Amino acid sequence: MRERAGPRQPVMARRSSRLLPDLTWRAVTVWYRDARVWTTFYKASVIGNLGEPLLYLLAMGWGLGRMVGTVDGVPYIQFLAPGLVCSTAMYAATFECTFGAFTRMTRQHTYNAILATPVSLDEIVAGEILWGATKGFLSGAAMLLVMALFGLVTSLWALLALALSFLIGLLFSALSMIVTAKSPSYDFFSYYFTLAIAPMFLFSGIFFPVGNLPQWAQTVAWFLPLTHGVSASRDLFAGEVGWRIASDTLWLVVFFLASFIVAVREIRKRMVL
Amino acid sequence: MSIVVSATDLTKRFGSFTAVDGISFEVLKGQCFGFLGPNGAGKTTTMHMITNFLPITQGALSVLGLEVMTNARVVKARIGVVPQENNLDTDLKVLENLLVYSRYHGIPLRQARGRAMELLSFFQLAEHARSPIEQLSGGMQRRLLIVRGLINEPELLILDEPTTGLDPQARHVIWQKLRQLQAQGVTLILTTHYMEEAEQLCDRLVIIDHGRILVEGTPRDLIRKHAGQEVIEVRLRPGEDRERCLETIGGTVPEGAEVECSADTLFIYSADAAKILTDLAIDPGRTILHRRATLEDVFLRLTGRELRE
Ligand SMILES: Nc1ncnc2c1ncn2[C@@H]1O[C@H](COP(=O)(O)OP(=O)(O)OP(=O)(O)O)[C@@H](O)[C@H]1O
Ligand SMILES: [Mg+2]
Repeated sequence: MRERAGPRQPVMARRSSRLLPDLTWRAVTVWYRDARVWTTFYKASVIGNLGEPLLYLLAMGWGLGRMVGTVDGVPYIQFLAPGLVCSTAMYAATFECTFGAFTRMTRQHTYNAILATPVSLDEIVAGEILWGATKGFLSGAAMLLVMALFGLVTSLWALLALALSFLIGLLFSALSMIVTAKSPSYDFFSYYFTLAIAPMFLFSGIFFPVGNLPQWAQTVAWFLPLTHGVSASRDLFAGEVGWRIASDTLWLVVFFLASFIVAVREIRKRMVL
Repeated sequence: MSIVVSATDLTKRFGSFTAVDGISFEVLKGQCFGFLGPNGAGKTTTMHMITNFLPITQGALSVLGLEVMTNARVVKARIGVVPQENNLDTDLKVLENLLVYSRYHGIPLRQARGRAMELLSFFQLAEHARSPIEQLSGGMQRRLLIVRGLINEPELLILDEPTTGLDPQARHVIWQKLRQLQAQGVTLILTTHYMEEAEQLCDRLVIIDHGRILVEGTPRDLIRKHAGQEVIEVRLRPGEDRERCLETIGGTVPEGAEVECSADTLFIYSADAAKILTDLAIDPGRTILHRRATLEDVFLRLTGRELRE
């Protein structure tokens, strides 16, 4: 085989090891594609995303709440609700960027089609994550609306839970894209849901204060992104806006950015052969 | 005439496997340039490098005067791609496919809509603008893929097996449209397994195999050079081999002709087959076929008759 160290090789090495994503406004066109598709199927999607947390809110809030009474000085349903906004956002974003993104990438070859245009692969990843975050936001918003109807929204700060839903959506979309990049088939996602998403749902302080856990488990919980989302959401609903919410938000932002960079790298590894 | 694509020693490796092995070629403006080759020859891989879908491993490749790898966006904005795999967006209807695709290209909506409708009627798809993709036949989906590839008014259109699996009517419509595009000045690069398609459309072509170019030229020159003008096919009888068959029909290879033998047929390539036919003592019971040489003869002589995959 000919081995000719041409002048092109350094160029390639530089491209493929480029750390920062190659991004322009074009990422939004990928978001637009997903949004446009969603507008034709949105009804099923909203019911799916909202149905489950709503059931939790009713079953736990009413049923369990009667036995529990108050937690941290508020009625149980009020304790529960802010966390469920976060978990809806998490689930919506995660479904979108695992099953949805995987289908587009491997079954429908949507990414291949887009790659024939000036949109870069990194922008496809960014667009998918933006869309996943939008789904998180929409689900969070719907949940917030339901809660307002239940009279559970008492502070105007709670409106910022919309922004928080988006941020949580960004983070879980980015994480999901990493999983999607690594996934050989749909089965892989059930591991992710069972081993990562479900524990996060149960142990990040939605149903009981993280402080109830043994010390070591609290330390583990600190590393779960959703813990910081729930904590921030609860502060917003209580109208207690201070340093804790700032540090939780910062934690989420940093975790998101790191996941995004990893997601871009992993998708490149899978798609650029 | 200006050079639209220029490849020098272009190479693509997947791990240790070399899919494209140092090919060089030039495509001139306004030409239709063909890539022929058996399954796995490296045609699609070459197209993928031209469209910057795959990074090149080695060599130089410029498209529209730009080095592809470092000018990916500019190049992609100016070329159109019709992929071998159908990747229409099945979540969107026909017109929506085109509008969303225009967005990727940054074409304003109003302009995109106009162009989309124009191209849909050019490819006789206008009445299907609002149909879901699954409702289109294979031929319509192929045409829509071409329409999509043209939505950014490309200077160069790359077509990877544009008519595979289509009926003759659909194929002829596509040929006619492609000729019209070429007349408008669009440069075409085409891969195909249909020799007739290559003869109909290509000004120049290469035949590649195992990632290497075997020959390059105009269809006419290639036929003359590698298959002569006419071909006589003599069907072998059960148990008969090349020598036995030659013996029974006249003894030796006729002068000025070349003989090749497949599992059940003896091929005699020559400039004057009529004379050979009269010279040979072919008994009337034997199946023979006398025909013009085609690109398919060139292809099979150069790439062999064994199955590839
Ligand atoms: N991603 C890949 N990884 C490893 N090998 C690959 C990859 N893509 C293609 N190949 C191999 O490279 C060779 C060339 O493939 P290519 O798709 O370019 O052939 P082709 O000429 O287009 O064939 P066909 O006529 O069947 O479409 C084949 O042997 C194929 O298996
Ligand atoms: Mg191919």
